[in-house]
Amino acid sequence: MTGSGISSAFSYAPAPESRAVVDIAPSYGLFIDGEFTEPADGGTFKTVNPATEEVLCEVSDAGAGDVDRAVRAARRAYERTWSRLPGRERAKYLFRIARILQERAREFAVLETLDNGKPIKESRDVDVPLSAAWFFYYAGWADKLRYATGGRTARPLGVVGQVIPWNFPLMMLAWKVAPALACGNTVVLKPAETTPLTALLFAEVCRQAELPPGVVNIVTGAGETGRAVAGHPGVDKVAFTGSTEVGKAIARQVAGTSKKVTLELGGKAANIVFDDAAVDQAVEGVVSGIFFNQGHVCCAGSRLLVQESVHDEVLDSLRRRLGTLRLGDPLDKNTDIGAINSAGQLARIHELANAGEAEGAQRWSPACELPDQGYWFPPTVFTGVSQAHRIAREEIFGPVLSVLTFRTAEEAVEKANNTPYGLAAGVWTEKGSRALWTAARLRAGVVWTNTYNRFDPASPFGGYKESGYGREGGRHGLDAYLALDGLDHDGGTGPGLDHGPGVDLEDAR
Amino acid sequence: MTATLTGLDPGTVEDLISSDASLRRFLRGLPGVDQVGADARSAALATRSIKTTAKAWALDLAIRLIDLTTLEGADTPGKVRSLCAKARRPDPADPTTPPVAAVCVYPDLVPVAVEALRGSPVQVASVATAFPAGRAALPVKLADTADAVAAGAHEIDMVIDRGAFLSGRYLQVYEEIRAVKEACGTAHLKVILETGELTTYDNVRRASWLAMLAGGDFIKTSTGKVFPAATLPVTLVMLGAVRDYRAATGRQVGVKPAGGIRTTKDALRHLVQVNEIAGEDWLDPRWFRLGASSLLNDLLMQRTKAATGRYCGPDYVSLD
Amino acid sequence: MSTERLAVRKTYKLYVGGRFPRSESGRSYPVTTAPGGFLANAAMASRKDARDAVVAARKAFPGWSGATAYNRGQVLYRVAELLEGRRAQFADEVRAAEGLTKRDAAGAVDAAVDRLVWYAGWADKIAQITGAANPVAGPYFNLSTSEPTGVVAVLAPHDSSLLGLVSVVAPVVITGNTVVVLASETGPLPAVSLGEVLATSDVPGGVVNVLTGRTAEIAPHLAAHMDVNGLDLAGAPGDLAAELETAAADNLKRVLRPGAEDWAAEPGLTRLTHWLETKTVWHPTGT
Repeated sequence: MTGSGISSAFSYAPAPESRAVVDIAPSYGLFIDGEFTEPADGGTFKTVNPATEEVLCEVSDAGAGDVDRAVRAARRAYERTWSRLPGRERAKYLFRIARILQERAREFAVLETLDNGKPIKESRDVDVPLSAAWFFYYAGWADKLRYATGGRTARPLGVVGQVIPWNFPLMMLAWKVAPALACGNTVVLKPAETTPLTALLFAEVCRQAELPPGVVNIVTGAGETGRAVAGHPGVDKVAFTGSTEVGKAIARQVAGTSKKVTLELGGKAANIVFDDAAVDQAVEGVVSGIFFNQGHVCCAGSRLLVQESVHDEVLDSLRRRLGTLRLGDPLDKNTDIGAINSAGQLARIHELANAGEAEGAQRWSPACELPDQGYWFPPTVFTGVSQAHRIAREEIFGPVLSVLTFRTAEEAVEKANNTPYGLAAGVWTEKGSRALWTAARLRAGVVWTNTYNRFDPASPFGGYKESGYGREGGRHGLDAYLALDGLDHDGGTGPGLDHGPGVDLEDAR
Repeated sequence: MTATLTGLDPGTVEDLISSDASLRRFLRGLPGVDQVGADARSAALATRSIKTTAKAWALDLAIRLIDLTTLEGADTPGKVRSLCAKARRPDPADPTTPPVAAVCVYPDLVPVAVEALRGSPVQVASVATAFPAGRAALPVKLADTADAVAAGAHEIDMVIDRGAFLSGRYLQVYEEIRAVKEACGTAHLKVILETGELTTYDNVRRASWLAMLAGGDFIKTSTGKVFPAATLPVTLVMLGAVRDYRAATGRQVGVKPAGGIRTTKDALRHLVQVNEIAGEDWLDPRWFRLGASSLLNDLLMQRTKAATGRYCGPDYVSLD
Repeated sequence: MSTERLAVRKTYKLYVGGRFPRSESGRSYPVTTAPGGFLANAAMASRKDARDAVVAARKAFPGWSGATAYNRGQVLYRVAELLEGRRAQFADEVRAAEGLTKRDAAGAVDAAVDRLVWYAGWADKIAQITGAANPVAGPYFNLSTSEPTGVVAVLAPHDSSLLGLVSVVAPVVITGNTVVVLASETGPLPAVSLGEVLATSDVPGGVVNVLTGRTAEIAPHLAAHMDVNGLDLAGAPGDLAAELETAAADNLKRVLRPGAEDWAAEPGLTRLTHWLETKTVWHPTGT
């Protein structure tokens, strides 16, 4: 591993992206009803740059009263404006937002990297472009919903409470907000405690786009704020991305209500490499599968299942490849591995990695100097891992790969599926029929064959089993924000239709 | 797949070439190359940002790696002499500018180049074997090669028989390379795969292995007469092949992308690939070349910019 | 001497894994007609019977979900054929269970047969409605298809002993899931008889498992079972539904909440799509 600054024949000189494009205020209020307002009890918390531990600014801690104000604002906006707006007009707002995200892409990328610790090349090339793409995609649906529902009638749900994680702060916002608004709902969104800044900048984008006040409300805070959003009786639908533990708590919280819920939770995805795989591309897929975004990815390919006959060859290639990864300043355009998002997450990664060692797996990392300041963890590979090890079962959410072996395709599938999770999986083989056979048997919502960690607004994403329910992306992503068939199950025609005018979308075109 | 795993001793190679069938089995047993994955990897490496000191270092290296080339029907001794002057001292205004690696010409102009480069470290390379199509009988190709070597060429750039390769007559391609290698004597042999005609990365990898097994000192992408020529992903696949081949046999083979590399940006992207795919051992004129002509002036302009802080213009570099 | 024939009474048992066991607990409970007359004793399933049923359903899942959609459609249509042939028997049972007129009972049975036919036809079409070829911005073939969720526990509605039962079970199995259904507590006999139809049909053992007994006793075990993937609360009493949904969160079961349903109306897609997972497969396109 080449840390920046280590001299070699071709050591890339530092190439930092300029911070000058972002202007972080000393403190931020809550974005409610189109205005930044102070929280009722004046509570604040600090957000830091995880790469340096520098405090970036203070952010408001929304209490239950603040959440209530936000939900009321969203309800007013839903009843008075947004649900009455023809789809084509909603579409134009979303197109506007998409364009502004593109215009301010550099600013969003730098801010995301500062607040999250991810490499600028990822925020620049993945997070921000995909966020804009998400708005473009769903903008186009807003006036075409009646064609999306397979003949079923569809209506908006009302006020949607959304709670998003810290691993892709802006992108998760886009995944949530774009389809919700396209379907005619209004939103109260809570960004993650450690990464609120791009959501607050997005609030500014909403104003720039002249989105009617109250259509998007952003309440910053920690777990308590999230619980207040999910539990608010005026919220018709809860959309959550985050840990399985919190997802289950939300599922319990809404039990017995008419709230509709979608959950996008944890994973322990297997990346299966067969002996006939295109080795170089498979290794590349394994690397991006687990080290993309420091492994802070719910669909990370955290288990490498490699066919025994090619174990050594694949591991040799993998180790060689990891030697070229560059860890360091996330703002450096050549950085491949950035900072761990928080001290808490770093502690969890340490804990599980140590457990892996204690359970007898062999730990390996490339030679790698970690910066003195900030939260860092080197890319780590465990070999000799068995299905029973904690590092093969628990989501680490960090740059830690567990390597297991298999002998036959049946065994690979059995091991891959032997987890309570079911979000994603990877398959590497040059044989088409084997790829399809395997993909068909993997109990996972996304199967990448001969590729990994690809995302697209047109492509549904979401899990089986304890990885949650509902899909984000594609036509399927609309279902999460529509009452279909006018049926009562599933919270389908809950308060959303009773409170608001809740016009049929067919009428709203 | 086993090919890249296990050491290939001479006995193994002997077995491989015992028949077309065994050679075919071996080449088809090499791990495949997923086109989309290779393209994506190459595109990702192309986003590396090479600035300041790293760029200055890389600019000089790129100049040292150039096979300054002229391969036109209209080439004349005058043109070649002018090119050789440029090769020795690319920037007369700045004596710190290194010379290029070699000058590459048609066989009949080798004597001119040898004369013009006498006393300089710049090598003379000659295309041969009925370049660029390679559509001639083997004796003609061998005579072409021997002629260039006799005239003083240090390096021979041969073309493989793509027709034979695409129709699966791998042994024929192999034997032709062996024969040319023999005709080269002490001259270094660069084997041009003409990747634009092989069309798939799987074929590029197989042809790379074939050329290496047959004793090529370099594998080269293109003649420059067929497009696409040296694309980044093709070079990436070939860099992976030489890396794997060295791991299997202990012998290091060089790589030369040629054709279509015109800008500093193109050149730096190739160097990044060399660095991250094959490794820094290959960042040396002995193991990596850039077959180019107009590239040199772009590098010189960038070099001037790096030194002076001003952007340069084409009027300030020599057009040859 | 009178030679009036003594009726041979039927013993109503559970239907689990293709067999008809009595409850392992040895318990039974009296089932009465709507006005309160004794009809028969039904097995009163226990927690362990529920467990066995889940095991049977899980065991049957790979085969059933791996069968072709065409085959599943054929199998369900065959059930409709068999039911059609036993309309009279079922009409009697439904009439006794629900206190309907003879004509309404016959209508309910006819509707149940028709419902099976309707769902049988969906087998090889629902994936075409729910699936998609997704035009992603890159050189990838990207296809979303739907797959069964797994083992689904169903609390059948109490008020509609056959039509309601068929309406909740058919969409689960036609999509490739396997089911543990807790029959209407008050009118379980048509469910057991349906089990007898299933046993003589081509539905593999374990695909449909029928339990009879007390909803309040069995449902919590099904709701909390970590090897159950879905829970249909159609027959859950209001106060129990929230509790069951809470328990179902332990492994994030897909829960279908109870609602006012008109079992006679055309069902719509919700019951089909609720037990389907969307799988999206990516593959590069290159040479």
